[in-house]
Order: sequence, then structure tokens, then C-alpha cells
Amino acid sequence: MPEKFDAIVVGAGPAGIACAYELAKAGVNVLLIERGEYPGSKNVMGGVLYRKMMEEIVPDFHKEAPLERPIVEQRFMMMDKSSAVTFSYKGMEWASEPFNNFTVLRAKFDQWFASKAVEKGALLLNETVVLECIVENGKVVGVRTDRPDGELRADVVVLADGVNSLLAKSLGFHKEFRPDEVALATMEVLKLDKKIIEDRFNLEEGQGCTIELFGDATKGILGTGFLYTNKDTLSIGVGTLLSGLIKHKIKPYELMEYVKTHPMIRPYIQNAEPQEYLAHLIPEGGYHSMPKVVAAGVLVVGDAAQLVNAIHREGSNMAMTSGRLAADTIVAAMGRGDFSEASLDEYRKKLMGSFVGQDLKKYKDATHHFDKFPQYFEQYIPMMNRAASQMLTVDGASKREKQKKIWRDIGPAKQKFKIARDLIRAWKVMK
Amino acid sequence: MGDPQAVAANDKAASIEEKQYLLRFNADTQSHLHVMDTEICMTNCPDKICTIFCPAEVYKWEEVRMHVGYEGCHECGSCRIGCPHQNIKWVYPKGGHGIVFRLG
Repeated sequence: MPEKFDAIVVGAGPAGIACAYELAKAGVNVLLIERGEYPGSKNVMGGVLYRKMMEEIVPDFHKEAPLERPIVEQRFMMMDKSSAVTFSYKGMEWASEPFNNFTVLRAKFDQWFASKAVEKGALLLNETVVLECIVENGKVVGVRTDRPDGELRADVVVLADGVNSLLAKSLGFHKEFRPDEVALATMEVLKLDKKIIEDRFNLEEGQGCTIELFGDATKGILGTGFLYTNKDTLSIGVGTLLSGLIKHKIKPYELMEYVKTHPMIRPYIQNAEPQEYLAHLIPEGGYHSMPKVVAAGVLVVGDAAQLVNAIHREGSNMAMTSGRLAADTIVAAMGRGDFSEASLDEYRKKLMGSFVGQDLKKYKDATHHFDKFPQYFEQYIPMMNRAASQMLTVDGASKREKQKKIWRDIGPAKQKFKIARDLIRAWKVMK
Repeated sequence: MGDPQAVAANDKAASIEEKQYLLRFNADTQSHLHVMDTEICMTNCPDKICTIFCPAEVYKWEEVRMHVGYEGCHECGSCRIGCPHQNIKWVYPKGGHGIVFRLG
């Protein structure tokens, strides 16, 4: 292995692989370092991969990538203890090219994606932990790994080391995250026959469905659950802010069991056999928690840069786009022979100008807002369920009587005013 | 409610031990997790909240000490961030070691 590379990318997830792929494609001598046995062996996500951002890197990827199912329906369940109000959109325009998104299993997908970067000329080094960045004269000039003689040098280092990003922290780019800046998600992959999946989820052969779960899925704690269809497995998970688990003293896997045995969920997963149990943190601090993403000789991408849109459960797409923009910037910087912070700052500008920065800004106060005002999840979702039940139960009462009862159930005028104020507040943080 | 057999199937992995049994680990001989000062857990931390929120139940309080079952760690980072006393030293396991996800 040569001692010096043009670029070193730390971490083979969507951001790191995208970056290494783009660099290798441009003829840059790039080393991609992964701490796991193989790319994907440490990586977890609910499972939605967005076609558009992936295609910008590998055109026509869907013809060869190990994808599970193209999603044709997205459901949203507002759950109470033994009921749910469900919204859904299903569209056949998502069932064929160009598709909207796909479910994937990350251990399979990341290995494939990394193999594409290797095909382009990237060098992949597995089973290697980067312990620290080597800094000389205020500039990152390489990394020190846990291998013997583990120093590796490069003109530029890309930190794609995920949500914990110990490397960005050690460079002083961010402080330790707070428990209300990260969500702890647990997930299970459950084996179930293809045909049964398609019957239970009302799907044509090969098509997929996602269900997002709100409200009682997290016992009212800020967070969401999900149930996604793969080829012959289901991915079921639940994630809440770590601060919520601490406050309510709830064990994450007990919350998972609660969701799995919930009367709205149990019929979907009946007789499905658990295959794997996974836990992972999701950076949910959003725009306000973003670390410094550029310094001399170094760029930060993906989860390490906190690029997650918690409201729309997007992250892998932001990761890939950030990796691609980092690569573009590096190629341009190589042309200039200038890896100073000012030169690499082009990455930050491009990132913040793209949908990534725009969406992070749009929802910058959302997580904090819903954390601060728990009534949306704790009270309003159950209220919505009671109203639906009241209105749709035929019991001899007139519809006008029912409306009156629903209106009375909301509470006194003061409570109605509070709800109206909360709805306006929610609109303001989401608009 | 429902088919009792189905309920039984869904409850199969109910315990954390059974969930952890589904996983592959290539454990190092040395722990990558260290409680820096057990005295803090003992005297200043009545909740010992890490024993509750850790998704793999790595932390178990045993009378006077914190048992750290690092071999079953998912490497999520929650304990480092969630410890109210910043009392956990957390690094990644050695390259190639630790948890090996096969699917998700």
C-alpha cells in the first residue's frame, strides 16, 4: 500500500462510499477505510433508499443493486392504545421506472455499493479503525489507524464515520451530543413468506409498502415506529429521543415488544420469525446540531455532519449527496492544488445550497418543538382517534349530537384555545 | 385476542437474551467500554439509567460494581451520550471486531 493517497475516506456507509466512488471515477487515488468486517456490517437503517440521489451517483443502479422492493404505498398510522387513524398514499407511478424509493437491507446494499466504488478504482481497507486524524501546522494530513505502522497520509481526509463521529469531536468540530440530539432506534428483521407479505400489505408481486407509526407506538414519547416490507422479510423498528427513554425510564427493546404486540401491528407480523435485532443512533438535532464541516485538509459528510431530516425520515439520501458534493469539491481543490479551509469551503456552500441544507433549515426547530410540547403525541393523537371512533360508530345518536360530543370531549374553552395555539405553532415550525 | 399460536410466535424473541442470540459477534478479548469511576455509579447515580436504556443490556449493576458485558454491544453510543455523569469511556472495538450485522 502506498504511504500517501490523494484522499482518504473514513467510513464505508452511504456518504463515504458515495464520496469514494465519485473520487475514484474522477481518477483520484482514494482509500476507503471501514472498521467492520465488510461495509454494512456496522450499519443500520429502517431501510428506505431514495432513487434520485442514488441515481445521481450510479445511474440505473436499480438494475443490479440488491434492492428489496420498490415502494408503491406510504402509510401513516396515528395510533392510540387499541385503534389507529391511518393516512396513505399509493400510486402506480412509483411501481415502474424511474421509481421513487426502495427498501434495502444495509449489510447487503453497502457491500454492493462499496464494490462499485472499488470497480471505479477506490481501494477498500476493511477491519481498520481510524484512531485519530494527523494534524500538522493546523492542517489534517492523514490518519492514524489501529494497524501496525498505521499512519496513512493524504492531501485530504473525509470523515464519514457516522453518528458518533469521534473524529470530528476530537478535532473540536462539535461537543459531545446531548441525549435530546440523538434518537435511539431498535429494529428487527422478521422472516415472512413473500406471498404472505403481499397479501397482508395489499401488494402486487414484488411491490413494497412502508408504514410509519406515530403516537402509541412510542407510548407518546417523541419518536416514531416503522414497518417496512422487504422481499421475504419485514423490518420493524421504533426510535425515540434518547432523552425520552431516560425521562420515562423505558427499555428500548420493551418498547419494541410493545409495538410488535400492539393490536394494530400484530396481524401484520403474525408468525414472522425474528432474524436479527439491531440498535443504532440517529442524529436528530438537525440544523442547530450541525458541526463544523470543513477545515484545512478535512471534510465531514453524512451522519457525522448530522445530515438527517427526522420529519421525513430521510438521511441516506442526504448522506449520498453530501459525499458527492465533498468529492466534487476535492476534485476542484486538487485542480487548484489548494486544500485550505477557504478552498474546501466550497463544499459547505454547495451543501447548504442543496436540498440538504434547505431541508435542514426548514425543519431546524421541529425536533426541539415537539420535544418541548409533548401534547401532540400524548394527547392530540388519542383525541383524533376518539373523534374518529365517535363519528364512525353508528349507535343511534344523530351526527349533530356526535359532533357536539366530540367538541365537548376536547375540553373547556381554555383547552380549545391551547390546541389552536399548538396547531399554529406546529404549522410555524413545519412550514 | 387473536390466534394464541401467533401471539406465541411474536413473543418468541421477547427477552433481550433471545434478541441478542440472533446476532453474530466477533468479540475482542478486551473491552472497548470502561466505567471510569465505579464510585460515581455507587454514590451519585441512584437510577443507573444506563442499565435501562442500553438496547443490549450491556450494563448490569451488581451490588457494588457495574458489570459491562461489552461482548454484546451494538456500538450505538447511547451509553456515552446518555450517562448523566459522563462516566463511560467509549471507543470502537478493534478493527474487524465487535458486532457483525448480516441484514439490516
